[in-house]
Amino acid sequence: MSDLTDLSVTEMRAGLAGGKFSSRELVQAALDQISKFDAALHAFLHIASESALKQADEADQNPKPDRPLDGIPIAIKDVLMVEGLPCTCGSKILEGFIAPYTATSVQRLQEAGAIIIGKTNTDEFAMGSSTENSAFGATHNPWDGARVPGGSSGGSATAVAARYVPAALGTDTGGSVRQPASLCGVTGLKTTYGRVSRYGLAAFGSSLDTVGALGRSADDVALIFSIMAGHDERDATSANQPVPHTNFEADVVRALKVGVPKEYFISGIQPEVAQRTRAAIETLKDLGAEIREISLPHTEYALPVYYIIAPAEASANLARYDGIRYGPRVQADNLWDVFFKTRGQKFGPEVERRIMLGTYALSAGYYDAYYGQAQKVRTLVQRDFEEAFREVDVIAAPTAPTTAFKIGEHVNDPLAMYLEDVFTLPANLAGVPGISFNVGFDENHLPIGLQLIGPHFREDLLLQVTHAYQQATDWHKKQPKLAR
Amino acid sequence: MSLSQQEVDHIARLARLVLTEDQKKLYREQLSSILDYIAKLRELDTRNVPPTAGGGSTAMILRVDEARPGFAIQVLLKNAPTAEEEQFKIPPVFE
Repeated sequence: MSDLTDLSVTEMRAGLAGGKFSSRELVQAALDQISKFDAALHAFLHIASESALKQADEADQNPKPDRPLDGIPIAIKDVLMVEGLPCTCGSKILEGFIAPYTATSVQRLQEAGAIIIGKTNTDEFAMGSSTENSAFGATHNPWDGARVPGGSSGGSATAVAARYVPAALGTDTGGSVRQPASLCGVTGLKTTYGRVSRYGLAAFGSSLDTVGALGRSADDVALIFSIMAGHDERDATSANQPVPHTNFEADVVRALKVGVPKEYFISGIQPEVAQRTRAAIETLKDLGAEIREISLPHTEYALPVYYIIAPAEASANLARYDGIRYGPRVQADNLWDVFFKTRGQKFGPEVERRIMLGTYALSAGYYDAYYGQAQKVRTLVQRDFEEAFREVDVIAAPTAPTTAFKIGEHVNDPLAMYLEDVFTLPANLAGVPGISFNVGFDENHLPIGLQLIGPHFREDLLLQVTHAYQQATDWHKKQPKLAR
Repeated sequence: MSLSQQEVDHIARLARLVLTEDQKKLYREQLSSILDYIAKLRELDTRNVPPTAGGGSTAMILRVDEARPGFAIQVLLKNAPTAEEEQFKIPPVFE
């Protein structure tokens, strides 16, 4: 029954409704696939076999076919809380922590019938672009085990690419859904800031954090998105905006204006990435889209802006990890030393670097020069997008400058790692949605992603265009040959 | 720009992190090179640009500030490193 793991959400739904297989069989097939391959890939930090099988039996005994995810296995990035399951955020500072409640995004999937199969690996507190910063060991790319899957949602991207689950949740603060989707050859949606509730998400950069979905096609991602999106009064930044139905019947590409920013095709980008993304844009043209070269002139400033704002917010958000109320405590004679020792010993190097950087940028005498200036340049980056969207409907560009790099390649050079996100960070600074999907491979047979960026709250348009591309091509159907 | 050893010590203290000498040396080098890169922002004249504080395109939505049931104390204490009765237990604050 290994073919069960190849099915999309829609196919699983149809099969369950038609009695072709049971939810238990689906969940068991997912667990079998995980036990076969995850010793090598390490996409999961926690596998919830027992509760997943129990829920599958319940779904089989009492099917509710009106629920769109009834009995379907899904994976959740380990920064989102699921009541009763561990939530480590990839950090030793939350080792042993059991979530006392469930994140709204996850809860909505569960109410739609989804079965949570486990928690996926992540860079510590989602800080990273390779999943190597996980305190519990790196995840390996399903296309080449010597390479990274991208990050920080590398566990979720791997779980989808390796056919463990048809879809998974990730989070995107600077590219953490789109970049691993690109490096693993899957479809990953970064939602508009405020579109999906962050209640139950461990905060990293609060003006940037978004919850997104990864799947193997725009159809599945659209379904997950439509279920979890929408206002939640438990998150004060949650937008009270209607979530439109994504109409896949509409031929949106025929009248579509696609902007291609010249700043995203820079020297230094891997030549095959530029070639394949250009070819994908040609495909959109063949489908009827009008292609226009545009300029996002402040693109080169997005990375320095991000590396002030995100660490500044992180340094404040991570102040809560002090060894007092949850997580392990390094014992000391006085309270002061508990803080210092617990944090110093339990946080990993990338988290410490960012806390230090953020603390510095916010400290007396430096605030205006760093944080103040970054906030102003952020405005300029946002204006670039506002002006572009007066001229075009969507922006098309590479998701990442390279395909999957080797494990260990960038670990001693934080700045080189940060540059992996150079094309994804701007959308976070502007709060706009983005999507990445596979448009081909390089000479090492590593996937290449095209990124589409849209105006606020136009996830439906990004999903429609992605769907149209996936109807015309079959790159999204390519599968890695998994090694044990 | 290069961070001094004193600055690194000061930042680590503000951030409540105890670091080894090796870590301090490494972070000093790495943070200095990141700050060099970030200095690029000074190229831009932003005198007439308003700052952006949030990521949202819509205003925050406030709800009525009324008391609602929270988590049971025992549920939250389950994750505490040490607890006694209905309280977190910590080492002495004052010597």
